[in-house]
Amino acid sequence: MERKLLEILERNSRISLEQLAAVLEISEAEVAELMAKLEQDRVVLGYHAVIDWEKANRELVTALIEVKVTPQRGLGFDNIAERIYQYPEVTSVFLMSGGFDLTVIIEGKTMKDVAMFVSQKLAPMEGVQSTATHFVLKKYKQEGFIFGPDTKDQRAAIWL
Amino acid sequence: MSKSWVNSRVQSLQPSGIRKFFDIVAQMQDVVSLGVGEPDFPTPWHVREEGIYVLEKGMTTYTSNAGLLELRREVSRFLAEQYGLEYRAEDQILITIGASEAIDLAMRTVLEPGDEVLIPEPSFVSYAPCAILAGGVPVAVTTTEETEFRLTPDALEKAITEKAKVLVLPYPNNPTGAILERSDLEALAKVICKHDLLVVSDEIYSELTYGTKHVSIASLPGMAQRTIVINGFSKAFSMTGWRLGYAAGDSEIIAGMTKVHQFTIMCSPTVSQYAAIEALRNGMESVKKMRNEYDLRRRFVVHGFRQMGLECFEPKGAFYVFPSIKSLGLSSEEFCSRLLQEEKVAVVPGTAFGSCGEGYIRCSYAYSLSNLEKALTRIGRFVKRMRQQS
Repeated sequence: MERKLLEILERNSRISLEQLAAVLEISEAEVAELMAKLEQDRVVLGYHAVIDWEKANRELVTALIEVKVTPQRGLGFDNIAERIYQYPEVTSVFLMSGGFDLTVIIEGKTMKDVAMFVSQKLAPMEGVQSTATHFVLKKYKQEGFIFGPDTKDQRAAIWL
Repeated sequence: MSKSWVNSRVQSLQPSGIRKFFDIVAQMQDVVSLGVGEPDFPTPWHVREEGIYVLEKGMTTYTSNAGLLELRREVSRFLAEQYGLEYRAEDQILITIGASEAIDLAMRTVLEPGDEVLIPEPSFVSYAPCAILAGGVPVAVTTTEETEFRLTPDALEKAITEKAKVLVLPYPNNPTGAILERSDLEALAKVICKHDLLVVSDEIYSELTYGTKHVSIASLPGMAQRTIVINGFSKAFSMTGWRLGYAAGDSEIIAGMTKVHQFTIMCSPTVSQYAAIEALRNGMESVKKMRNEYDLRRRFVVHGFRQMGLECFEPKGAFYVFPSIKSLGLSSEEFCSRLLQEEKVAVVPGTAFGSCGEGYIRCSYAYSLSNLEKALTRIGRFVKRMRQQS
């Protein structure tokens, strides 16, 4: 039940309590209770919209930064990751296997904003050995959603 | 009157009574439709990609008449794994152009002039015309909501005459969403064997059942030899436009059907056959995802109709609901054409699937939740208005 609810919410968190109750075949009160519990347990971290900002005419630059760091004794990568993710312009931080340690995704108004962040805040940070910044040129798909116009239903209106 | 070149058999086929209604729907703009009998998902990408690869490689020749042996082997494995059926790839499986062709071939292969074909109704529109074109005589067997639109041994027994030869078993059912469970099939099998009938089991929706796994009548003891199992890729793998299906059965019948197929079709589309191999090998995860999505919508739509105060039988298969509109005092066709005119929602009158569909409408839930919600809101408004008027 919990798993099913989460799968539905992951795709569409705007689905109404009434609809959730109908498809899960439990009462609305039970759905609300379950959702509150999942939020409290931090299983559900939040709800947000996936937006094509370019279409909304807002300047936005996204960059993916590969970061090599020196892990700290007893703390590993957690401490430095935390120091990085506290910055509001950082939208995601992942610990990676392979040639570098952290993937940091950052959003800024301009490329200069991003460059400034990297050169003034991220690169000089204690424990950061090196950074490599890659700018996103075009977004095709994000979190399961495809950018661009909706595909039209090509089916006839009636078919037996 | 000038003479007609069209033979009497074809002339006798009713142009579907609701053709006019369909034409109006086709001409209207901005219709919210719940009228379509095909999945809304595109064919899974890995399957489409296989089709592209095959085209690139120029694998565009004919295949053997019965279809690629490699595909028949996959079908054989699929039928065994999913439904416990044992059909040999070499001589008991035929690849057809959709399940539709398989229905036609089955009728043409087994019927003698005057043989009766028992057809439970409401059901898909092809069975009776195919029977007639093959010289048979269709006999409708009514199923009702009281018995969850399942064919009952009683109703079957009553419809059987000395001329009865074939029973069509259209489950999971379009338009009602009804299924038959093992116990139903066991009871029917007794009647079938007693009267020595051949079963044409149209199982095209077999992968779309909810809460219970599909049982094929051919998996019952002694039934495999007197059943032609018909299935295909359209619904389970969302491959309607690829036009690919198959028939499995006794080797003598399949050989007969292959003969007819050979002289009319040669072989099924080659690109589709290769894509179907990919679908059977690696597509089950996609099937499961689609099934889960349909199940969610199914509950949503049933709930929606019940909220409106309409009786709605809980469908356990396919992707249709078949709510009753009897309480509104309108005929199915009146309901549908007024709903279309007044609220621009297209649904199908139950009568399109047999006269016993009167008082019902077929609504497909092969649509996104937001489309379903929009349609239900409009239907709800319409139903309320009809109640106030009556």
